[in-house]
Amino acid sequence: MPVSWTLLIVLALAAVGYVVTRARAIAQAGGDVRRLHSRPSYHGWHAALLTALPALFLIAIWRFVQPSAEVTPLTPLALLLAAAGLAFALIRTAPGFRARNAVENMVKGLLILCSIIAILTTAGIVFSMLFETGHFFQKYSWQDFFFGTTWSPKFGGGSQLGILPLLWGTIYISLIALAVSVPIGLFAAIYMSEYASVRLRSVAKPAIEVLAGIPTIVYGLFALITVGPALRDWFAQPMGLGSSASSVMTAGLVMGIMLIPFVSSLSDDIINAVPQSLRDGALGLGSTQSETVRKVVLPAALPGIVGAVLLAASRAIGETMIVVLGAGAAARMDLNPFEAMTTITVKIVSQLTGDNDFAAPETLVAFALGLTLFVTTLVLNIVALYVVRKYREQYE
Amino acid sequence: MNDMTLLERSVEQTEIKISAQDVQVWYGEKHAIKDVNVDLLDKTVTAFIGPSGCGKSTFLRCLNRMNDTIESCRVGGRIALDGEDIYDRRVDPVQLRARVGMVFQKPNPFPKSIYDNVAYGPRIHGLARNRAELDEIVEKSLRGAALWNEVKDRLGEPGTGLSGGQQQRLCIARAVATQPEVLLMDEPCSALDPIATSQVEELIDQLRAEFSVVIVTHSMQQAARVSQKTAFFHLGNLVEYGNTDDIFTNPRDPRTESYISGRIG
Amino acid sequence: MSDATIEGAPRATQPKSSLLVADPHTRRRHAAEARFRAYGLGAIVISMVMLVVLLFTILTGGIGAFRQTYLEIPVTLEDAQLDKNGNRDPADLGKVLTLTYGKLLQQSLEKVVADKGIAIADLSAKDLSGLISKEAPARLRDQVLANPDLIGQTITARVLVNGRIDGYYKGRVTMDSALRDANTSPAQLQLADALKAQGMLATKWNWSFLTSPDASDQRPEAAGVGIAILGSLYMMLVVLVLAVPIGVAASIYLEEFAPKNRWTDIIEVNISNLAAVPSIVFGILGLAAFINFGGLPQSAPIVGGLVLTLMTLPTIIIATRAALKAVPPSIRDAALGVGASRMQSVFHHVLPLAMPGILTGTIIGMAQALGETAPLLLIGMVAFVKNFPSAPPEGLFEPASALPVQVYNWTQRADPAFIERASGAIIVLLVFLLCMNVLAILLRRRFERRW
Repeated sequence: MPVSWTLLIVLALAAVGYVVTRARAIAQAGGDVRRLHSRPSYHGWHAALLTALPALFLIAIWRFVQPSAEVTPLTPLALLLAAAGLAFALIRTAPGFRARNAVENMVKGLLILCSIIAILTTAGIVFSMLFETGHFFQKYSWQDFFFGTTWSPKFGGGSQLGILPLLWGTIYISLIALAVSVPIGLFAAIYMSEYASVRLRSVAKPAIEVLAGIPTIVYGLFALITVGPALRDWFAQPMGLGSSASSVMTAGLVMGIMLIPFVSSLSDDIINAVPQSLRDGALGLGSTQSETVRKVVLPAALPGIVGAVLLAASRAIGETMIVVLGAGAAARMDLNPFEAMTTITVKIVSQLTGDNDFAAPETLVAFALGLTLFVTTLVLNIVALYVVRKYREQYE
Repeated sequence: MNDMTLLERSVEQTEIKISAQDVQVWYGEKHAIKDVNVDLLDKTVTAFIGPSGCGKSTFLRCLNRMNDTIESCRVGGRIALDGEDIYDRRVDPVQLRARVGMVFQKPNPFPKSIYDNVAYGPRIHGLARNRAELDEIVEKSLRGAALWNEVKDRLGEPGTGLSGGQQQRLCIARAVATQPEVLLMDEPCSALDPIATSQVEELIDQLRAEFSVVIVTHSMQQAARVSQKTAFFHLGNLVEYGNTDDIFTNPRDPRTESYISGRIG
Repeated sequence: MSDATIEGAPRATQPKSSLLVADPHTRRRHAAEARFRAYGLGAIVISMVMLVVLLFTILTGGIGAFRQTYLEIPVTLEDAQLDKNGNRDPADLGKVLTLTYGKLLQQSLEKVVADKGIAIADLSAKDLSGLISKEAPARLRDQVLANPDLIGQTITARVLVNGRIDGYYKGRVTMDSALRDANTSPAQLQLADALKAQGMLATKWNWSFLTSPDASDQRPEAAGVGIAILGSLYMMLVVLVLAVPIGVAASIYLEEFAPKNRWTDIIEVNISNLAAVPSIVFGILGLAAFINFGGLPQSAPIVGGLVLTLMTLPTIIIATRAALKAVPPSIRDAALGVGASRMQSVFHHVLPLAMPGILTGTIIGMAQALGETAPLLLIGMVAFVKNFPSAPPEGLFEPASALPVQVYNWTQRADPAFIERASGAIIVLLVFLLCMNVLAILLRRRFERRW
């Protein structure tokens, strides 16, 4: 019997349990529901949950642990469990039984389970990558991975899989992106919160928010068809710096544009958290508005802004589509920003798309790259969130 | 030249510093200040008293145009500092505020060192030619605010680490360092404990030698202790203005009398 | 303060200088002020200009995908070629190859050229046959198989033309570029012009871009986003069914019931960190956990949906908790005060009041998921899919594409005509996103509550 049928029967049993137990509770109270501790529907729910939950958990765990068993005693087992739950609920039903408390405890259990999914996700991420990274390091030395300066995967063995060129590309592109987004985002936030008229704000704020809502693939296409060729034709070729449309500069600039709303909305929050009394104090001493911002508001907001920049950096390092379409695929350690280079994320994509051989180091290296990326961004995030939290507490 | 200025000031005790005529303030539709006429004297402490919401703080903030920072606020009438209308189109509020300093209700030291807090005004206004001069201004201002002995060994520590009373005196030192002519104080002791309050009150009395001080207070005792002139505000009107002694012992207006005797407020 | 005169220090300006005249120092400060403001305004202008340029290039580049050049020629569907037995038996008809239909179309076009007396120098047979899209015979065959009665009649067939000809009318291909192009020639373009003059060839609105599946490398003119839209919808369905209940349940626990201890602290830090984990890492998780370990099929919307669910959960949880937090404690107290349990006060009072905020957060989270590309690349959604998946739930396990992935897919093709398709797909994606965001804004407006 397919699983979906078992599921349906379990759910039907639960429904039956609800109706029967509810009726039984009312009957036991002699039709006067005031004699029950809990409302009749709680008795019903109690039975329904006891019937459905254990059986459903059994099915889920079974599917997870043993995805392809030939002979499945699952269906009879699940149905047995459901029936047992129903019987137990019926026996427990009595006017004095605290069905509401029982139901609420079960619901609370479910809620807890849902909130644990977040932990499970993190654990899943870490374990899935640790596992395969372990495989990778059995086939390829970790020294060569972390300190190798050449990236040239070859099918059929003899690959050189050094992370340094990828790391360099990632850092170079992220730095350009931050150099674009931090000043623009910060100044936009300052202007918006300290100077802009209500009318300008009502136009500019949504416009910048729109920029934040655009998917990264759109920025990637923008880099590929507009920014890349424009930079090549107007800057790189006339200056003799290269003839590639994909380049560090292309990806960095477009990523910078993508990060503007991110930086500006974070800075906006942080600048607004600086108490008005400090602004009044500076203005009352005869500061101009820009002196107030530069000498009082920004220094006061500095920790928060540092946190925002770290979060933006973590975004830039983990960004994929813009670099896939804008940066190129050549692993290179070069200073020329108009040269195509590549990043960790690009190589994760290129090593894991298509037909994967999960025994080859060329595929497994993607997990090691992923783990490196995860750890780097995690550290940045934790530091940033800690800094921002400390900053907020200061003014609460 | 500086000594001469000082000399000149100390003899002319009754010179009018700020003169307000027919001042009106609106917050959007709300008429917050109505027809206020008052002459504030130099080298004198003037107290603004009245029930909360009577407009005393609003009027105070008109005197150095701090109300400019509130978008819905409009000011009418004429306020003159040394005979020049401060709401004239050509007047730069930044220059004005350098001459009319302000101390706020809640101590608001900048998140910088004690030294940098005091040096802030002199730096932005370019009052010192070199570090030595700046050091001198900082020391004098802190002495002027009766804070020097408490902080002279820890000028590099953050101003936010001081106690409430010290913070408020630091804010006064900060305002004094800009070398203003008028010092506006908006309930400067309302966030302080009684000991800190008495220290600040003592300080205000000393400041009178140098500046024209205007203080808003919700405490009539404080007004009686520190001021020579008192103005009583009620519902946006200036009800009565005169010598502090007269106001408290012999009020002319029944509303003043009710307030002082505690029937309204 | 006996002798310590405040006026002791020298000042740069006269103490009693007039308020009406700005001194040089103040003038310099105001110049700095003006510069500072200009930087701020410049930053905003740059952001807005970038937004406009971005949208403008995508729109102008992609609008072409919604128009397509078609050729309308009379085609005689002869029995002799299509139904040799003359019995209209679907089994027999099905044996007739697409190749036969191709020949039929080619003959029809040759006949038209001859009948209309179109004479073009250097027009090779390859130019002539190449005018018609390679996809056209298959579509004609489908049309005939769906309606066998057409056989024997002469119908006006509306057939796709080659992508180069289409590009010629959209300005992508010129006579000059055709000279250097192995896939077309100036003679072929002249032929197209001649047919256009006869009213047989025209560029028209192209619904099939939204409904057809992807097409292979040589047939950009036939490529559409039908499967991609369907795949994206399936994934959104999975996200809606899984992420919303789980996210709301988790938020309720954390916000209303969780004790303040280290355990819940860990969960909270975990959630805020998950929200900032790069999306591609979720792709690796999906590949390792759902495909390699869980044994789910590649390219399936269920896997994409699961990955996007995990990715969207933190967003939904953060938004929901903010909405729950915004409900004032007085409401909870009121419910508890009349003897409701904690659970009842939450489900009867707090949750309904927080609903608008939860919905808004959910929609924004789903909009993010809809535009996400990177993790889907890793779980095989880039595969070329030609057949529509069936209806859920089975369809969730069949291969499909997704809108953003389709865009990526098309950017990797050699023919520049696919760039137009990619931009067109982005327009579709942006329209969906716009609708979701407008819905979120409307919900917020409609149910906005002031306490």
